[in-house]
Amino acid sequence: MKQIYLDHASTTPVRTEVLEAMLPYFSEEFGNPSSIYPLGQEASDAVAAARKTLASIIGASPREVFFTSGGTESDNWAIKGFARAHASKGHHIITSAIEHHAVFHTCKALERDGFEVTYLPVDEHGLVRPEDFEAAIRPDTILATIMFANNEIGTIEPIGALAAIAHEHGVSFHTDAVQAFGHEPIDVNELGIDMLSASAHKLYGPKGVGMLYVRKGIKLENLIDGGQQERGKRATTENVAGIVGFARAAELACAEMVPEHDRQLALRDHAIRRILAEIPHAKLNGSWKERLANNVNFSFEFIEGEGMLLQLAARGICVSSGSACTSGSLDPSHVLLAIGLPHEIAHGSLRLTLGRSTTQQDVDFAIDSLKATLENLRMMSPLYEDFKQGKVESVIERLAADGFPYTS
Amino acid sequence: MAMNYSEKVMDHFTNPRNVGEIEDASGCGTVGNAVCGDIMRVYLDIDDDGVIQDAKFKTFGCGAAIATSSMATVLVKGKTVQEALEVTNKAVMEALNGLPQVKVHCSLLAEEAIHAALWDYAEKHDLVIEGLEKPVTDIGEHDHSHGHGFEEDED
Repeated sequence: MKQIYLDHASTTPVRTEVLEAMLPYFSEEFGNPSSIYPLGQEASDAVAAARKTLASIIGASPREVFFTSGGTESDNWAIKGFARAHASKGHHIITSAIEHHAVFHTCKALERDGFEVTYLPVDEHGLVRPEDFEAAIRPDTILATIMFANNEIGTIEPIGALAAIAHEHGVSFHTDAVQAFGHEPIDVNELGIDMLSASAHKLYGPKGVGMLYVRKGIKLENLIDGGQQERGKRATTENVAGIVGFARAAELACAEMVPEHDRQLALRDHAIRRILAEIPHAKLNGSWKERLANNVNFSFEFIEGEGMLLQLAARGICVSSGSACTSGSLDPSHVLLAIGLPHEIAHGSLRLTLGRSTTQQDVDFAIDSLKATLENLRMMSPLYEDFKQGKVESVIERLAADGFPYTS
Repeated sequence: MAMNYSEKVMDHFTNPRNVGEIEDASGCGTVGNAVCGDIMRVYLDIDDDGVIQDAKFKTFGCGAAIATSSMATVLVKGKTVQEALEVTNKAVMEALNGLPQVKVHCSLLAEEAIHAALWDYAEKHDLVIEGLEKPVTDIGEHDHSHGHGFEEDED
């Protein structure tokens, strides 16, 4: 059966060009970049070239780019490393209520170490309000960490405005840009970003490699102690092939960014319009305007997400959900709850994330399948039966009446 | 998180048996609540001899919730009311060749849905069913804990 992969926010396949760039570094150019002989030096040069490429993409200098094992490590290092290095200046950190667990659980860990964290609420679109951010800043605030774009609902935060406010108050600014890097233009100087986390596998690079941009002059404590790799700041023999692949993937993403962004955005809007027009009792989650070009996230009333995912999987469609049942916990997504969704409809959410290989045919097939799946599950649903008999109200109708946009 | 459902669970999820409603059912019970993400409603048609002639269900919930409802209705059909009480969550799980640990609560809900329908039948017909207690987790009474008081698979 043909698989239609619409889960590019989870991970992406490694591009052929990327794999080709990586292959020599496994068996031929296998040297350790720390070794002095030519084999080592060649590996070291490859890492340096990759660092230069990645730095130039975000307007940074190579000395400000550090390789890590992925987005999660970058987030951990940026937040814990900064907090520990600046603990004498203050113990307060500001973040948002919709961060990825890599940031959220890192902040929770720091709370156990005596730091105080403010989790800013977001509006119904998932946007942090700059005025809320400014109001949360205290004399002992040292760091703010707000994601560039949300992994579930695709909302793009006003990073430039938030970073400017942070700097007015002497607060450093980190952003988890895992979903945005390679997809949205990012210039750390234009936006005033002090630290930025990114990961290779979200942009057709390999898993297990990421980077942390750290503005010159920002002090971080090490997370991983050991040898002198990454100028003594992040030990472990470099993942040379991964690093080379990351740089190649970022280079290609950057070169193709504008046309690919626009192509996916058109497909995304086609999907959103079709769902709103053809599937009743649906609600688009997140902002339509401030949104990643590849993200479609809906809640569907009267059904639960896992059943929807399994039925779509049976038709070869790979998608994900903010449903509790798919996360291993019994609570629905903290992101969907933070944008004000009641539990009932947070359980019935679906995320489609488009990619380079996604065609309009794929999107149309997925939506046709979704329609059939929802009809089937609603026919089985006691909530839908009660709604049809007028015994219960529609939660989405109530949200629409309260002014929530993009509902059907 | 990938769910390791047995083939039996997938079969009952993909082709659920006994979906629907029974008009003028002898007993109907609904358990769970939407906030927690599971609601099961079971309809029973019980004849004068106390034999369950037909059982139907509607479920809002995950794959396991739908599969356990389906299996529970299959298991009680043709049984007497007393025999239906023997259809425990463990029996439902065994019939489905097991459930992932995090889904065990679905099988408890299925047992409770059957009990709720039997309770409704007993109340409507002024009967006392020996061994049947008033189901505790009807809509609105759910305690959010999901994790107590039921038999778990011991594998």
